[in-house]
Amino acid sequence: MFRGLIHSIKEAFFQIFRNKVMSFVSILSISAMLMILGVFFFLTVNVNNMTENIKGEFDTIEVFLEDYTTKADAQEIARTLSTLGEVESIEYVDRDQAMEEFRERWGDKAYLLDTLSDNPLPNSLRIKLSGLEGGSLVAEVAKTTIGVEDVRYYQNEVNKVLSISEAIQKVTFVMILFLIVVSIVVVSSTIKLAVMSREAEINIMKYVGATNWFVRGPMLIEGMLIGAISAGIALGAISYAYMRVSEFFGDEALKLFSSNLVEADFMITNLAWIFMALGISIGAVGSIISMRRFLKV
Amino acid sequence: MIRFENVTKRYDDITAIDGVSVDIADGDFVFLVGPSGAGKSTFIKLISKELSPDSGRIFVGGQDITRLSRRRIPELRRQMGMVFQDFRLLPGKTVYQNVAFAMEVVHSTRRTIKRTVPQVLSIMGIADKADQLPQTLSQGEQQRVAIARAVVNNPKLLIADEPTGNLDPDTAWEIMKLLSQINRRGTTVVMVTHAKDIVDRMGRRVIAIDGGHIVRDSQEGEYGYDV
Ligand SMILES: Nc1ncnc2c1ncn2[C@@H]1O[C@H](COP(=O)(O)OP(=O)(O)OP(=O)(O)O)[C@@H](O)[C@H]1O
Ligand SMILES: [Mg+2]
Repeated sequence: MFRGLIHSIKEAFFQIFRNKVMSFVSILSISAMLMILGVFFFLTVNVNNMTENIKGEFDTIEVFLEDYTTKADAQEIARTLSTLGEVESIEYVDRDQAMEEFRERWGDKAYLLDTLSDNPLPNSLRIKLSGLEGGSLVAEVAKTTIGVEDVRYYQNEVNKVLSISEAIQKVTFVMILFLIVVSIVVVSSTIKLAVMSREAEINIMKYVGATNWFVRGPMLIEGMLIGAISAGIALGAISYAYMRVSEFFGDEALKLFSSNLVEADFMITNLAWIFMALGISIGAVGSIISMRRFLKV
Repeated sequence: MIRFENVTKRYDDITAIDGVSVDIADGDFVFLVGPSGAGKSTFIKLISKELSPDSGRIFVGGQDITRLSRRRIPELRRQMGMVFQDFRLLPGKTVYQNVAFAMEVVHSTRRTIKRTVPQVLSIMGIADKADQLPQTLSQGEQQRVAIARAVVNNPKLLIADEPTGNLDPDTAWEIMKLLSQINRRGTTVVMVTHAKDIVDRMGRRVIAIDGGHIVRDSQEGEYGYDV
């Protein structure tokens, strides 16, 4: 068994070097496809991350209260609204606190607010939702409640973003499946060429009593090695590109919806696993497919 | 060693072997003769389990191989050596490697291989060619390499499909001497041939096949056909 494994590994390396062109073509195509896949992965993870951030930020409904409402009225309204589903918490924000937050948000331009003679902001209730689905109902109910002046809830915007990100994810998923199938086909046909050029050799092996595994083992390992090498190459290229991109965009332009790019370290570690697993399985499946018909002698 | 019981093998519409029953004893030396298309190669392929019969039963070395699972074919093949008209050597490997290869397949240790291969090469009279590639050898020498490979694992049975078909008469006779030598060491030999002079000169058992039937089986036979 052990000797068999050593034989397989030695023979696999020998074959990769012997079929330089085919090995090269396979490695090229698998790593190219892994790189494309990496770009999609990068896209989905970031879109996903962005979506989560957006959800986190927009799961709040702000209910502005009429000036005549007292704190007690506010608490009454809060109690009514909190019986609705998906309301996680309701916080009372009085106008002074609201002004304070305003100043904070404006930062060094807060002095502009000093020109205001008195605080124009209303008291409000800040409703945290546990999910986005029931948000519109809560907003609807709040709007018709006596004592409520206005309700701010970015439902449409949120839904738009969500449906875009869902679409991106669907497309990515289909692309990834497609790429995997394509690369399995490429690998299996390159290995098949290699196998065909060795058909005589394989037949002779069978005549002298080689088991299928004696023939198959080296080819399987050959495919897996090719996959692993490709994964390494793709990972190197993608990591480099991603680090450059996140260096470039990291703090600046891509602060879309206050969401930064996902950290390079995290991405690269995950990509490493994904690439290795995918590369090796593509290599293995490719060689298994290409070997099947040659082992019947 | 080999026993056919009422064996029939068809290819689509041709019946290549038609209800053949025959016994070949351990240590026998048997010629299989007959006109082209008679079914000789089919007979050989049934023994090596390259083909399975449509009906009847086949035993090799006491084992019923009629319904042998594919997984167990390697085990069967290791009990036999095979030699072909076209030698079937690996062009990229040296003579030594071609023979050693058959031992690697059965997982012999490196030490055993190193000890055994030179011995076999020298018995075959090609010890000095060990490091050459097959294509640089003469036809006769190539066939010696093929025989060396076939017998290096000490098989109980050697089957040869026209092993002298590509050789001139003198070289063919040299090969025949090697095969008899192997047979004298106890290996059963089954050989397909069209060479009347060899069959007549050896005076061994001859099984004549025609149209898928055994038409003659004589212990100290002669070729019996005018080719
Ligand atoms: N794979 C195959 N498919 C269909 N028919 C076949 C196949 N192999 C052999 N045959 C037919 O079966 C018959 C017996 O063939 P076989 O090869 O056994 O003959 P043979 O006695 O070895 O002939 P030769 O002396 O020419 O080698 C022939 O009619 C041949 O055409
Ligand atoms: Mg034939």
